[in-house]
Parts: sequence; structure tokens; C-alpha cells
Amino acid sequence: MTGLLAACVGSVIEAWTELRVHRTRVLLSLIGVAVAVCSLTSVVALGDIAQQATIESSERSNGRPAALSLSLQSQDDQPTDDALVQTAWTEALTRYDVTFASRIIPRQVDVQFVDGVAAVTSTMVDPAYGAMHRVSPEHGRWFTATDINRLAPAVIIDERLWARLGSPDLALNPTISLFGVNPVTAVVVGIVKSPPYNLEPTMFMLNAAYSRIESTLQAATVQPAHPAYELWVPPENAADLMTHLQSDFTATLGEGTIVSVNRQDYAAYGQDPNLSLKLLVSGVSVLLLLLGALGLLNISLVTIRQRIQEIGIRRSFGATAARVFFAVMMESVVATVAAGIVGVMLSMLLVKSPWATDLVSQGATDLPPFPLEAAVLGLGIATLVGALAGLLPALVAVRVKVIDAIRY
Amino acid sequence: MPFLELHGVGRTLTRLDDRPLTILSGIDLSIEQGDRISVVGRSGSGKSTLLNLLGLLDSPTEGEIRLEGLDVSQFSNRRRDLTRGRDIGFVFQQFNLLHGRTALENVSTPLLYERGATFWKRTAIAAEMLERVGLGNRLSSTPVQLSGGEQQRVAVARALVRRPRLILADEPTGALDIETGETVMALLDEIATASNAALVTITHDPSIAARAHRQYTLEDGGLIARDLITPDLISRGPVTRAKLSGCNS
Ligand SMILES: Nc1ncnc2c1ncn2[C@@H]1O[C@H](COP(=O)(O)OP(=O)(O)O)[C@@H](O)[C@H]1O
Ligand SMILES: [Mg+2]
Repeated sequence: MTGLLAACVGSVIEAWTELRVHRTRVLLSLIGVAVAVCSLTSVVALGDIAQQATIESSERSNGRPAALSLSLQSQDDQPTDDALVQTAWTEALTRYDVTFASRIIPRQVDVQFVDGVAAVTSTMVDPAYGAMHRVSPEHGRWFTATDINRLAPAVIIDERLWARLGSPDLALNPTISLFGVNPVTAVVVGIVKSPPYNLEPTMFMLNAAYSRIESTLQAATVQPAHPAYELWVPPENAADLMTHLQSDFTATLGEGTIVSVNRQDYAAYGQDPNLSLKLLVSGVSVLLLLLGALGLLNISLVTIRQRIQEIGIRRSFGATAARVFFAVMMESVVATVAAGIVGVMLSMLLVKSPWATDLVSQGATDLPPFPLEAAVLGLGIATLVGALAGLLPALVAVRVKVIDAIRY
Repeated sequence: MPFLELHGVGRTLTRLDDRPLTILSGIDLSIEQGDRISVVGRSGSGKSTLLNLLGLLDSPTEGEIRLEGLDVSQFSNRRRDLTRGRDIGFVFQQFNLLHGRTALENVSTPLLYERGATFWKRTAIAAEMLERVGLGNRLSSTPVQLSGGEQQRVAVARALVRRPRLILADEPTGALDIETGETVMALLDEIATASNAALVTITHDPSIAARAHRQYTLEDGGLIARDLITPDLISRGPVTRAKLSGCNS
């Protein structure tokens, strides 16, 4: 046992001394390996982070898996019977025991600002929407069930709207004035990040709250509402539920209404949108790695000729063939692992740089840390490349005939 | 029991044109602990070939070599390597130090193949050995920074650091001036005596050869004890030499 430890430590020491003596040639070929490991690790890490960010942003806009969306369209352009739809919706939620569901109704709501009235793009939702779309308010909170019965409706506004109001402190219960025949004062309970695709201020309000104030406001511009109905269900039940919802709603609303139920979360699409880019960069990195390894191999093969004498000398004082094989192999491995460590560290700096973070974050709030798998992968590949590049020189080294090596 | 015995050992090479070349034949030799043996011979007479056989670096094509009574041809390659490392030390004419490595690293390299305490304390052991050859103040010098005599002393320290039982020196003074050569030989002698090791020296130099207790000449592939070489013998020609070399041990 102690002999094995001594042999291992001894081989690494031999390899290290060898590398130190030939540092210039080794350094040159290792730059390639370090760069390759760095780019491979970065691709994996960035890909990982980007995927995380994509999932996050996709869950924000489309909901978490499995997110079902139900939409209704009447064939004869007659407005659908809202009361009938509402009954069908409530019944369906009870029948299939769906806890997370929300009606989503986009509306323009007039808001009184100091400099006049402006329409604000608003989304009327149910409390479950927050959990379904991973809404995490920057300040304040998301709606709760108690908000449904508030006298002054609660609103959750985005950062743009908040800025427009002069960024008031939420602790002071700031209000906004909703403009109409009889203006209504709403209380701001939370601030969310502005959606990246919308440059105008936006806000959320509860469906229940809006239906109560709609008649009070008697807003000048009454737009037809196109509600969307969303459900968050276990992915394994999604397909079944889709068929059931389809037939239930069709039965209730009659043939005149086209009912379509879709699954809209990212998991339904399957493919990673960055896949081709990832494959391209990985391909280039692998090529770089091969070039680096080839350089290392080439240099070791060329110099092994000069080292035949040295290997002969080592054999003359007791180095076994296995030992020589291992030591030459270790030279390569120690070198590439060192290059790999440098590459992984470079990659960490790169991936965590603001530039890269901007590139992949896609507005995601909390980016995951540098993925451990990427670092492990980088080091693993470096070791493998070292072992492969060391194999051939090691085979040459053990075939050195000692007597030929020490005669001149 | 002798440490190493050669019985009718011969070495024949196959040349590139497929004709065999016999370098050595019918060699009998017995080496005991503490022996001092010298071998002289013209260049190309097979001295180095003989030394490679003694050092288990090469295998005879005829006859057998016994190490402590065991037939070496039965050893696995690994066992030969390990035995060589543990029991045999080499000193070469061209020193054969490892380039770019300090005296201390050169001397501690054989200890990398040790195990246990000797392995872990190799630097201290190597430093002590260099001290003994008078280079205690040159531990971190690389070969290019050392004179020929100093390099050969490093080589001597390296050959002896594992306390071998047999030291094989192939023209150890060949690249040194006479005076330095004498110093190196005295050193080899002294350290070999201290550990009761056998020393086989190959040399061109009669005065170096004369230091040995048993002196041989290598000629026409045969090993002849010096005290047996008489004008009478020479007149009888090479036929009987193999036999004669056999009777001396
Ligand atoms: N590998 C070899 N290939 C061809 N000839 C060899 C080889 N090894 C030794 N010889 C020949 O064998 C003879 C003895 O060589 P060597 O033992 O080195 O002599 P010495 O050391 O006495 O000068 C020389 O003639 C040499 O050319
Ligand atoms: Mg020679």
C-alpha cells in the first residue's frame, strides 16, 4: 500500500520535474488546451445559465409546465355568453380539482397622472396567476385572496409605472387614480419588473376587483375583452385534461363556439432553442482541443527522441517499464490538468463577467451560479486529453532499449 | 554464496546483414561482496557488453547468470528492474546526469523508486550522500554548472545512494584528467568499502586497473585473468583462453 502511494507520488514528482525542465515547449502547446477547455467550459456553463434563464422567462410569460390555455371564438362573430362561459369555467375547475387557474383579460385602463390621463395596458388576473407565472414582485407582494374583497382595489404596477408615479415608498400605501365617470382610487400593493418586450407602463389588477369598479368607472373607451383561460396542471394529466376541457366547453357553449385548448409551456416544445449555437461552439472547442492535444503529442514525440538516453539512465537505476510508462503519461496529464485548471478559471471569469451575463440572462432575475458540472466537465476533458496525448509517447518510452539508450 | 556468477556466458548479436557477431563467449566470473575487479581491453572488445550483462540490462545468448544462486533468465522483466535498482549501481564514462536537474535532484532520482521512509526522506538522504562526495555546497547546481570531476562525483553519489551491493563503473575516469580520475576512484573505493559492496571497474588506465584485487583483460571475446597471461600462453594462441579464464575462480 505504502509502496503504491510512493510510486504514485514519485511518478507525479518525476513528471513535474520533467515539465519544469522543458517548460517553454510545454507551455506553448498548453495554451491551446487551456483555451479549448475555457471555451468548452464556458459554452456548457453559459448554455446552462441561458437555459435556466430561458426557462425562467418562459415560465414568466407562458406559465410553468404544464400550462394549459383555453380560448374561445364564436363562429358567427356573436359575442360569447360571458355568464355561460363563467359557469363552465367554475364547473370545470371544481370537477377536475384544479387549484391553479386564472382568467387573463387584457384591458386598457385610464390612469390619472399629474400631467394628464393616459391609458395603461393592464392585465386582469386571478390570484393564482402569480404562482403560475413565477411572478416575484421587486417590492411589496402579489395578490392574495383577501384582495378580492377590498373596497379600494389593489393593483400591482411595473417599474415603469412606478417611476412615472415618482417611485413612492410602498410602506406609505401609495395610490393611483383610475379615471372614469366616477374615478376610483386603487392601492398599489406591489411592484414587478417591467416586461422586456413592452416599453409602456403596465399593471395587474384582480378580475373580481375590476368587475366591481367597471360600472363605477363607466370608462369612455369600452373595449371588447378577449379573455384567456389558463390552468396549471400536473404534466402527466395535461393531455387527458385537454380533451376533457375541450368536450366539456363545447358541450356547454354549443357548436357556435370554437373551443381550443393548448399547452403553452416550454416543456411542450421540447427542443432547446440555443441547441445549434451550442453545438457549433462545442464543435469548434473540440477541434481546438484536438489541435492542442495534437501539438502536445507532437512535441512529446519529437522530444522523446532526445529523451531516450534519459529514459535509459532511469531504467539503469531501477525504473520498471510500467513506471516509465506511467511517468511519461503523467507528464502529459499533469500538464493538461494544469492547463485545464487555468481554462476553467478563465471560463469562470468570462461567464460571470457583466458582458456574458447580459448576453444570456434575457431579463431573468436571479441567475444561477457557475454550474459545477461545467467545471468538472472541463477538468475531466483536460485529463482525458492529457492521457490520450500521453499514450503514444509513453508507448515509445517503454520500448526504449536501455543498452542502446546509454551507449554512444 | 557469490553475489553474482557467470557460467559460460556468451553474447552474440545478429547484424543488419543477418550474419551473427559474437562479442563475448565462454565467460566465467564470480563476484563476491567486497570484491574489487578491473577489466581492461581494447575499444570494441566487448567491455560495455559485459558490464550490461552484469547489470542485468542485457541477457546472454549462451550460458547463465546467477544472482545469489538464482538463474536470472527466470526473472520477470519487472523483477530484473527492481533488482537492478536495489542492488546494482552504475557509473558511466559520460556521467549521464539528467540535464537541467540539480545535483540534489539527480542524486534523489533513484530514491523515487524506493518506498516507505527512504522514499519520503529522499532529499535528506541525497543531500547526505552529496556531502560524502564533497559536494555539500553544490546541491542546487545543475550539470552545466559543474566541472567534469564534480559531475562524476554527482554520478558516484547517485550510483551509491541506494547502497547497492554491486557497483559497475564503465570507464569512470575516461573523461577526466589523471588527477581528478584518481580522486574519483579513491572515492568510489572508499564508499564501496564502507558498505562492503563489490566494485567492477572497466578502464583503459593501467594505474586504475591496478587498484583492483582481481584484474582481467578482455580479448577476442574471452575474459583472461591478468596474472595468467604469460608469454607462453600467448604463443599457444586463443583456443585455450576460454578454458584458462574458467580456472581462475
Ligand atoms: N547493438 C549493437 N549493434 C551492433 N554492434 C554492436 C552493438 N553493441 C555492441 N556492438 C559491437 O560489439 C563490440 C563490443 O562493443 P562494446 O561492448 O561497446 O565494446 P567496448 O565497450 O569494449 O568498447 C563492438 O565492436 C561494437 O561495435
Ligand atoms: Mg565501452
